[in-house]
Amino acid sequence: MRRVRHADVVVIGAGPAGLAAASAAAERGRSVLLVDQGLRPGGQIWRHRDEQALPSAARRLMARARNAGVKLVSGCRLVDAGSPNELVIDFRGRIDRHQTDAVIIATGARERFIPFPGWTLPGVTGIGGLQALLKGGLPVADTRIVLAGSGPLLLSVAAAVAQAGGRVQLVGEQAGAAALRRFAIRVLRDPAKLRQAISYRWACRSAPFRTDTWAVRAHGDGRLQSVEVSERGHLRSIRCDWLGIGSGLVPNTDLGQLLQCQVEHGAIAVDALQATSVAGVWAVGECTGVKGDEAATIEGEIAGRAAAGDAAGAGSTALQAARDSGRRFGRLLEETFAPRPEVLALATPDTILCRCEDVPMRSVDPGWTPRQAKLWARVGMGVCQGAVCGPSCTALFGWSANTVRPPLGNPSCGEWKSGLDSAD
Amino acid sequence: MARTADVTVIGAGLVGAATAVGLAEAGLSVDLYDAEFPGSGSTGAAMGHLITMDDTPAQLALTAYSCQRWRVLAPSLPEACEIDYCGTLWLASHPEELVGVRDRITAFAAHGVRAEVMEERRVREQEPNVCPGLAGAFWVPDDGVCYPPAVARALVDRAAALGAAVHSGERVTAIAPHEIHLANGSRRPAGAIVVAAGVHSPELIPGLPVVPRKGHLVITDRQPGLVRSQLIEFGYLHSAHALGSASVACNIQPRRTGQLLIGSSRELVGFDGRINRVLLNAMLERAAKFVPAVNSTRVLRTWTGFRPATPDKLPLIGRWPSLPDLWIATGHEGLGITLAPGTADLIVAGITGRPAPIDPSPYAPDRTMPTMTTAVA
Repeated sequence: MRRVRHADVVVIGAGPAGLAAASAAAERGRSVLLVDQGLRPGGQIWRHRDEQALPSAARRLMARARNAGVKLVSGCRLVDAGSPNELVIDFRGRIDRHQTDAVIIATGARERFIPFPGWTLPGVTGIGGLQALLKGGLPVADTRIVLAGSGPLLLSVAAAVAQAGGRVQLVGEQAGAAALRRFAIRVLRDPAKLRQAISYRWACRSAPFRTDTWAVRAHGDGRLQSVEVSERGHLRSIRCDWLGIGSGLVPNTDLGQLLQCQVEHGAIAVDALQATSVAGVWAVGECTGVKGDEAATIEGEIAGRAAAGDAAGAGSTALQAARDSGRRFGRLLEETFAPRPEVLALATPDTILCRCEDVPMRSVDPGWTPRQAKLWARVGMGVCQGAVCGPSCTALFGWSANTVRPPLGNPSCGEWKSGLDSAD
Repeated sequence: MARTADVTVIGAGLVGAATAVGLAEAGLSVDLYDAEFPGSGSTGAAMGHLITMDDTPAQLALTAYSCQRWRVLAPSLPEACEIDYCGTLWLASHPEELVGVRDRITAFAAHGVRAEVMEERRVREQEPNVCPGLAGAFWVPDDGVCYPPAVARALVDRAAALGAAVHSGERVTAIAPHEIHLANGSRRPAGAIVVAAGVHSPELIPGLPVVPRKGHLVITDRQPGLVRSQLIEFGYLHSAHALGSASVACNIQPRRTGQLLIGSSRELVGFDGRINRVLLNAMLERAAKFVPAVNSTRVLRTWTGFRPATPDKLPLIGRWPSLPDLWIATGHEGLGITLAPGTADLIVAGITGRPAPIDPSPYAPDRTMPTMTTAVA
């Protein structure tokens, strides 16, 4: 039988933003439940097997949450919410209902893929996905790896690959040299970001890094064998065992959409105190716009205070200034690493757009609405419910965010049913 | 000035689309309007059964005729329409549900539809995942399923190929004698007008006895072979029949993709499309009672849709007296997919003056009907 429980504040996602939010609320005397899909807290950015190996900021934040009395439940996820006060949570196969006064959404971001010929071949993976595989112990020693994508994640994954003994053949950044210089100037003003960038570049120093470079076609008979890249206007083929791709990160807005929160430009819309358009619901970190872990931590701090009733603390000048600075950095990220027209034009009529349902580009008319593409061509109708092809379609066709229908995350029918209200 | 089409069809759901094809095939010029895109309304939310039903003799006559028409249509439709003749297995929990079934078999046979009683052992052979202990089943092998929005799209393409002018994304807001008014403020001349706007038809014809009857559907991940035929409990008949209270029944379809489509619920709540989690729970309990393995399938999503319901459970097909040359094709409740080709034939016969393939009088929109006391705004 299901159980109904109560927490003053429920935070969804234990990345930097969620950890900070949960800690700030708990330090103000609220009972806080922190629900996280991962086996350990930290989110994608601080995914780890050994906490001691994490950056000090991460270790401090995890210790803070523990000391504040945050109740962390790992390997769990929210599957449905009839209202923001009634959350249905899957506790590793057991469904519980949680009543709460405040929800803080900290669901992070996911990778965006712009389809190109061969991108669905085994051996081609997201840059972030590759990083997760590495942290999970994927052996890459002496394998040949090409990374071709966009954004700061490229360099950090290249460093991780090099440290794991992989041979990085090329790090291709699709953004242009001029845009990257502007970005670098901003990073120069930020000692922490600069130190990080230098350490990543040092770790993968033997790998060539090229701007204006992207994957044009992946080749292989059943599995990736080589990739053709456009490197500063010249095509060349590189033999490789793994190809990491991805055109930056996009906010995970599903939970916000399920709770009827307003979404603008693909991110959950929030005010100065991180409140969404729905009373009792806050959103923090990358799900409100991608801007990095430092800014996410600030936003978590603000929302945690606000959700605990400390509006003055949440509105403090220092926090607000730091938040605004983070947002500006986020906008710069978005401008610098936006997919370029040549990349958006790579797919051919045969290229798969929706891999769950095997829908090729030729089955879709850019003039359609997203709903028309779903009903007529099954785009986004599969297991991932548009999590992958939704951002592709937005970039390619300008379509608005995918509609979200419950439940989230494909629970079994029996599990989900047990979380629904019954008439008796 | 643009030419005035012989017939303006409002609504490119499956009923409107099939009607447009029929009119164009009869040599008439056709304007077809849809507020969003073909198949975007109730058609896009529907399960897509092709099913013979015998709640009344008139329902049996029209479903049987329309199913025959589907048989003719099916081979010419694209693969994406996913037409599978998987049959319907009506599951009986209690022996009394099978009382009178011999008369039903005879009535079906009179319309050329095969049907038989299946004892429990054979039910379990055909559907190993159905729960044990049933009283038996009523088996209708010629029933099928389709993917309705793809059919609507294919039929609209066919109508266009026959010369129909398709106005997708143009909402008709009012009708007048030989004229329609559009949401953008413009007016277009019309010859005969066919209102096939489903649940939205009363917005064009105030007083039309049609109300939205909401339903929930759930689609699962791919589980090929878990269910082979369309499984419906006998209790569905009671659920579909009573217009007043909310009800649920087990209704499980195997889809071409291997997914299960699970219904059904019925409630009168106006156009409130939000998910009713109490009713949804009851609906899934019902499905799991008959097929326990449903519990282990993974749910991809849930949605709601609105059936255009009438007080006497029969559609409104034929002339409507409020305007000259005004025709109605709506009110099919949960049978709009099955009944689309048959409805189209009746409308085409009415407009062209040709003999109707079956007696159209039981579906005349101005027939005497009980008042819709349970209707809500």
